[in-house]
Amino acid sequence: MATSTSKLPEVFEKREQEITDQWVEQQQATGRKLTAAERDEANRQSREFIRSLKSALKQNSSGGISGPEWAGVRDFLVDLSSRRAKDGYSPRETASFVFSLKQPIFSALQKEFGANPKALADETWQVTLLVDELGLLTTEAFQKTREEVIMRQQKELLELSTPVVRLWENILALPLIGTLDSARTQVVMQNLLEAIVQTRSDYAIIDITGVPVVDTLVAQHLLKTVAAARLMGADCLISGIRPQIAQTIIHLGVDLSEVTTKATLADAFDVALRRSGHKVVRQDAAPSGAAAR
Amino acid sequence: MEIRASDDVVLVRQAVRKKSIALGLGLVDQTKVVTASSELARNTLDYGGGGTVHIEVVENGTRSGLRLTFEDQGPGITDLALALTDGYTTGNGMGLGLSGAKRLSHEFEIWSKPGEGTRVSILRWK
Amino acid sequence: MERIPILKMGEFLLVTIQVDMHDRLALTLQDDLTGQIVKHRSHGVLIDISALEIVDSFIGRMLASIAGMAHLLDAETVVVGMQPAVAITLVELGLPMRGIRTALDVEKGMTALRGALLEGQDGDTSSIR
Repeated sequence: MATSTSKLPEVFEKREQEITDQWVEQQQATGRKLTAAERDEANRQSREFIRSLKSALKQNSSGGISGPEWAGVRDFLVDLSSRRAKDGYSPRETASFVFSLKQPIFSALQKEFGANPKALADETWQVTLLVDELGLLTTEAFQKTREEVIMRQQKELLELSTPVVRLWENILALPLIGTLDSARTQVVMQNLLEAIVQTRSDYAIIDITGVPVVDTLVAQHLLKTVAAARLMGADCLISGIRPQIAQTIIHLGVDLSEVTTKATLADAFDVALRRSGHKVVRQDAAPSGAAAR
Repeated sequence: MEIRASDDVVLVRQAVRKKSIALGLGLVDQTKVVTASSELARNTLDYGGGGTVHIEVVENGTRSGLRLTFEDQGPGITDLALALTDGYTTGNGMGLGLSGAKRLSHEFEIWSKPGEGTRVSILRWK
Repeated sequence: MERIPILKMGEFLLVTIQVDMHDRLALTLQDDLTGQIVKHRSHGVLIDISALEIVDSFIGRMLASIAGMAHLLDAETVVVGMQPAVAITLVELGLPMRGIRTALDVEKGMTALRGALLEGQDGDTSSIR
């Protein structure tokens, strides 16, 4: 911002209403089609913003927008921008809230300084700088909010994709689908351990049928999960070992000797049942019925 | 904070716990950073002859984290590479402390000069 | 001087660790416990760490030492009540915790101990190595 004192505060003081009205018109022309309710909201916001802008300009019209006098304006824009990001406005629609302010101010300046080309040029330049800075602030805030939404969604997705299933009184199953990276492993471990505590399970079957690749890292993550469950007093079995996986594990030299492994979840369940002292007994069918397995 | 006696290790843990809660770290993340601080505080005491720890919140654009810096004027570490290998197989307490703290943190830095002292800095992002 | 209490629970001894332990306390505990094992001729020790929010390598080594000493005195040890966040951290820390039995709580711990005693030294059923 230029260091010479700007006449902008006075212009705003004198022509606030006119600038606001023109700006609102401009927003509606450049922005998207609004419902009546949205239009009223936009009006209200615009008036509030102009008031805030006027007050900030009065206190400090030459030092840029980062000073304490401009906190109100900054907060307003950051707030508006985040809300619009969450409400599905596009970046352009959000930024044009600010950028469409140029036109009305320029025309007000025209009227004030029309006869004095140098003053008009100076003031126009200052307004340009000001609006650009405000516009950038708005865009950055918009971007930040979008990123936060994405991160939150990623987190939710991660948690949803690792369910823990209770197979029997004290036997849990953890069917893993997809890759097992370190972020996912943390979620898996947390979910599994919490389930062990809540269900007081003695056994957990980790099924890796749905894990496409088992490399050294994945194997390490699996072993970590097994070790953590052990510390909670639950024994782990790994099932769903496909032939290729079995080969990979041996080639990698991963030591699974302390973990019981089975090819299928059913086999693992069988082992867990027996270890916990359960026996599955088939009741004989009535002679007239057909007892299919 | 000063680390001069074993009671101080407890105080360091409590301080780090408090700061990480304030930062909004989840329970597992809190536990990891507090445990790492416990390891390093013990090292500072047992091998560094006592020292200090500095706890600070750092910001990097979108994310924030907790940085802990442990410093002592002790004998220093002659073979850093060795000290950082997982020492638990040899039963070396310091080895596990350093490598353990490293594993529990997102960033780890160590400076040591024999005869001058050691400085270890760990960082855990939110 | 503060001591960690050791309770006799039937044929076993129960130690509940509730405070942030420092070195002196840990050494005192080892002394007290080994004494109690011999005095009561106990064959099982349960160490309840459900109140511990942090288990670092010092505590880990102490638990391993206790298990080792108890074993020499013909008693088996089970560590019970580890908090999930602690378990996850310990695994990440890389503390082996091998040779230490663990169970979810005191009840399961006692079941594990009884199982271990029945099987003698070769037990490998549901008790955790």
